[in-house]
Amino acid sequence: MAAMAKAVYLHIPFCEHICYYCDFNKVFLKNQPVDDYLDALEREIVLSLEQYPTDEIETIFIGGGTPTALDEVQMKRLMDMVERHLLPLATKNIEYSVEANPNFVSAEKLDTMKRGGVNRVSFGVQTFDDGGLERIGRTHRADDVFATVTEAAKRFDNISIDLMFGLPEQTLEQIERDLDLAFKLPIQHVSSYSLILEPHTVFAIQDRKGKLRLPGEDIEVAMYLKVMETLERRGLKQYEISNYSVEGRESRHNQVYWRNEEYYGFGAGAHSYLNGERRANVAPIPHYIKAEGLPVRSTTTLETFERMEEELFLGLRMRSGVSFETFETKYGVSMESVFGHVLSELKAKQLIETTDTHVRLTESGLPLANEAFAAFIGEARLNDVTT
Amino acid sequence: MNPYMNKQELENRQKKIRNFSIIAHIDHGKSTLADRILERTGALTAREMKEQTLDAMDLERERGITIKLNAVKLNYTAKDGVEYILHLIDTPGHVDFTYEVSRSLAACEGAVLVVDAAQGIEAQTLANVYLALDNDLEIIPVINKIDLPSADVERVRQEIEDVIGLDASDAVPASAKAGIGIEEILEQIVELVPPPTGDPSAPLQALIFDSYYDAYRGVVASIRVVNGSVKVGDKVQMMSTGKSFEVTDLGVSTPKPLSVKELNVGDVGTLSASIKTVGDVRVGDTITLAKNPSTEQLPGYRKMNPMVYCGLYPIDAAKYNDLREALERLQLSDAALEFEPETSQALGFGFRSGFLGMLHMEIIQERIEREFGIDLITTAPSVIYHVTTTSGDVIHVDNPSKMPEQQKVELIEEPYVKAAIMTPNDYVGSIMELCQKKRGSFIDMEYIDTTRVKITYDIPLSEIVYDFFDQLKSSTKGYASLDYDLIGYRPSRLVKMDILLNNELVDALSFIVHRDFAYERGKVIVEKLKALIPRMQFEVPIQAAVSTKIVARSTIKALRKNVLAKCYGGDISRKRKLLEKQKEGKKRMKMVGSVEVPQEAFMSVLSMDEE
Repeated sequence: MAAMAKAVYLHIPFCEHICYYCDFNKVFLKNQPVDDYLDALEREIVLSLEQYPTDEIETIFIGGGTPTALDEVQMKRLMDMVERHLLPLATKNIEYSVEANPNFVSAEKLDTMKRGGVNRVSFGVQTFDDGGLERIGRTHRADDVFATVTEAAKRFDNISIDLMFGLPEQTLEQIERDLDLAFKLPIQHVSSYSLILEPHTVFAIQDRKGKLRLPGEDIEVAMYLKVMETLERRGLKQYEISNYSVEGRESRHNQVYWRNEEYYGFGAGAHSYLNGERRANVAPIPHYIKAEGLPVRSTTTLETFERMEEELFLGLRMRSGVSFETFETKYGVSMESVFGHVLSELKAKQLIETTDTHVRLTESGLPLANEAFAAFIGEARLNDVTT
Repeated sequence: MNPYMNKQELENRQKKIRNFSIIAHIDHGKSTLADRILERTGALTAREMKEQTLDAMDLERERGITIKLNAVKLNYTAKDGVEYILHLIDTPGHVDFTYEVSRSLAACEGAVLVVDAAQGIEAQTLANVYLALDNDLEIIPVINKIDLPSADVERVRQEIEDVIGLDASDAVPASAKAGIGIEEILEQIVELVPPPTGDPSAPLQALIFDSYYDAYRGVVASIRVVNGSVKVGDKVQMMSTGKSFEVTDLGVSTPKPLSVKELNVGDVGTLSASIKTVGDVRVGDTITLAKNPSTEQLPGYRKMNPMVYCGLYPIDAAKYNDLREALERLQLSDAALEFEPETSQALGFGFRSGFLGMLHMEIIQERIEREFGIDLITTAPSVIYHVTTTSGDVIHVDNPSKMPEQQKVELIEEPYVKAAIMTPNDYVGSIMELCQKKRGSFIDMEYIDTTRVKITYDIPLSEIVYDFFDQLKSSTKGYASLDYDLIGYRPSRLVKMDILLNNELVDALSFIVHRDFAYERGKVIVEKLKALIPRMQFEVPIQAAVSTKIVARSTIKALRKNVLAKCYGGDISRKRKLLEKQKEGKKRMKMVGSVEVPQEAFMSVLSMDEE
């Protein structure tokens, strides 16, 4: 039986502005029933904790959308909600993060968050190039970032920023500049994501019309390597495909996903993994608000072989990789017996390497990680396993 | 009481028989009209109607074409109070099956021509109208879909008169979907289609216009009795082969199958005679009685030979035996399908298979993938070349990779066809241009009437089989029709083009090309392959070579980046789906040496539409 879930995700699906690349569940904030939404969110938290009790919450992550798009009062409500229902179940050293937009966080809002127990803030910076920000539909500018992050650093000692590469018209020089500027900020963590064109985004439409000038595969990989090399050299250690931090400030919340552990996901369109079931909440906000009982749209019970595959394709995202021992403890069989043939194929292709204790991506395997991940799909050999 | 009818009864009955087909372009409503006719004649109640009853196979319905023929017997009491026997004979609709269409039409005296009231006459319509006219059929034009907002009945009426030259003043405006005009169509069939003219007391002559395999009854022939009669227990003879069989069952479809004791002049039905081999029942052949045989075979019989050959290989080598079983099963009901084992260095064990044409090939390929669940690699289609070696031997080469080395070749001959293209005269220029491009030599052009032209070219079969028909349609807005006959072998300056991937020759990609086009085609193909073959972790050079001379080269760059450096949060299912899709893509590829080659690549060597 699965252990109690130790991680909580809360989704705030409102934005002041919709970015051209974003396909997360979100809506334009204006005229939205935010208070009704917060009511529904609270209902879900209470109901879910009744059905799936826990008393060892180690991480909370409030993401979006744009959590900081909430006004003062709404933010206070959200903080109170967490304080009332979640913090009493939390362990002492909880990691409590909020995603923030550089141009919507006043000192007051930061204070509210601080008082509410938040101890980590993650800013969606994306790039320090104002032209680039405009091209991707962001409304903040580089100056906002400096002002807000400096203000945040007065209250928080665990600050992360998101950066993006592979953006339209972005050059390798701009990436170098972005990285330089990042180090001028009082931060401990960087997430560096590449632009992925998703359907139903402004970019996907522009791309179909041939209007998107993307850097291309070769430049993109050079950017990725540049980010890895620069951040490592300057003291931010890469601990996952797109995450870097100073020692001890790795995002514990995200590691729950990659370690294939269970978590609550509250809010419209949020995803949970509880009792061996992956579930997705209803996404449209009015439906979420009106839902009776748990607002679940779909539930998938994973087969053992699927859990094993996920153990690998999630775990290999981390630089430390997947531990042979953990795998065997979890599934009662050795990784070698289940995936031996895949491991040797990928080793031959120099995509992965093994140590005495772990299997992990090679450095050259990082930009080709999906080649390695996909190789595990449908390949678990469970002959001698009773499922 | 004598179970059989006397001569007078037979003659009276014969006068009430009407045999007809429905001719229509895809989507112009043939199947729907057939459904309505079945409904109106009470053959099936609306509740029993499965939409579009005549097209039974999934594949047919999906492609909107009929592959397997059907004939239905219907009773219709006309306004004159007489109960008529109608036989509705369905026809397939593609150039690969022109011969079957012509035999089906030969079983009829009339044809209902369905034209879409919005779209007007299209190529397939015209081609089949010509076939119907060749068979002296009475044609009953119907303008269908008059309930569409874009319908223009008068324009289409005029078009039928101008393009086909039929009197369309009595053409029935109809909507098969809405059930409008069905009565009038049936009345016109009764009134205008002549009854069968055969002699009930003459020796039996029955035309085979279709056959299928039944697990219990063996090969079943669909027949039309032209002269005489046939009874259960009769010993019958196939006139093209001389083989004899005893009739075990005669049947009609109403469309529920119904056994009958005899089939007489004008009747359309099925004949079973414990026939084991599908090749013994040949479409177009004449069945007669062994005891009192007819001296003459009905006209128009042609033996169907495969024209096109390709290699079929299972992507998963372990499915080789499954593939053999699939082919054997399909062959039971498809006499034109041939196959024999072959081996490819690149693809392993598979079968060289012969088909009537490209559509036939695609249908078989799809049925194997769909009905038998075997993923296939199909190599580019080839014709049979006659090669005279320097040592004087003549060998037949149906697989380009088996072509002997150039220095050992004295002469290569390739099959030629006489292609007859029927077209409205507006398109003569573009058709001639196409035929020239396809190495055709002009033979003749004649005006059939003021608007219709018949153009005749001798063209290498290899140029016809691939995409000629498609190109012909696109360069004539779909109006031209094509019929072709093999006219024998002629010497050609041909060479084998080899393709090397990662410096290794891939035998399954070799093809035969005219020397003058070798350089150009080599260039196009390496670029095409470059676009089709996904990047590997290493650089893959692609070369096209004639003998050992490289005529074109290109390089697939190494895969640099395939990673989701994106925050998906807790949505793991989505991540899984992406990876599953990637993995699924790989399953549709074949490992050739160290390169993963997708299915389409093997066919690409023949598609020459250089953008």
